[in-house]
Amino acid sequence: MTIKEVVKLLDAKVVSGEALLESEVEYAFASDLMSDVLTVEMDNVMLITGLANLQAIRTAEMSDIGKIIFVRKKRATDEMIRLAAENDIILIECDYSLFKTSGILFQNGLKPVY
Amino acid sequence: MHFEFNVEGGNFSKAGTASSQLKKILKQLNVDPRIVKRVVVALYEAEVNIVAHAFSGTIYIDIDTEKIEIKLVDEGPGIPDIELAMQQGYSTASPEVREMGFGAGMGLPNMKNNTDRLLVTSEVGKGTTVEMTTYLNS
Ligand SMILES: Nc1ncnc2c1ncn2[C@@H]1O[C@H](COP(=O)(O)OP(=O)(O)O)[C@@H](O)[C@H]1O
Ligand SMILES: [Mg+2]
Repeated sequence: MTIKEVVKLLDAKVVSGEALLESEVEYAFASDLMSDVLTVEMDNVMLITGLANLQAIRTAEMSDIGKIIFVRKKRATDEMIRLAAENDIILIECDYSLFKTSGILFQNGLKPVY
Repeated sequence: MHFEFNVEGGNFSKAGTASSQLKKILKQLNVDPRIVKRVVVALYEAEVNIVAHAFSGTIYIDIDTEKIEIKLVDEGPGIPDIELAMQQGYSTASPEVREMGFGAGMGLPNMKNNTDRLLVTSEVGKGTTVEMTTYLNS
């Protein structure tokens, strides 16, 4: 699935990495617990989280996760956007809940990590 | 090659800057991305532990053609029972640490899983030292 499709399915907004809309994503992992995200070994994973802070971006950076969706109207700060851009991480803001976001993406073919 | 970084206890907005620096260095040295990921995930958990549990610390990193050696020395409360602290799920983290997405007692197990050798030593009331080794050609 492309990021463009993800954004359309979720009626969401890209706040960083607009140039990477055509990039593909295959897996998703939903969690607010960064230590849990740091166990993910797979490539091409998108993080779905309600934790909108700098540590979410740092965690993605360390885990080679290039895409993050913030759910439930959590907004990325300027500092988060700057750090994401520095690391070529796409940031998406979505109003849906973690459950609804995950359900829609799962139904449309994104694969689970575990 | 030798690098040193300082870590401030309690400063969550800076947590991860040393790990980020190391990641850039290892990428530049053309280290296998899978090894880079293991090393920086382990270092990030260790760096967050200084921020979350100690007052201040220093990270010493030595890289040669065979291995990456990282030593984190902190001044802090220390760990009374290291074996217990190593267990998945054991945590004394504050609510503030949990709000940051950590504090589930997975940090030390994550470090163990992502290094070839992990050694934790501590003196209660003084501080903790974490040593991690990763071999480049394993
Ligand atoms: N550098 C440190 N200084 C003092 N205590 C520590 C340190 N690192 C770990 N600990 C102790 O070990 C516990 C487990 O650490 P860890 O597995 O990283 O889980 P968490 O950080 O999520 O609590 C911590 O809750 C804390 O009690
Ligand atoms: Mg920890």
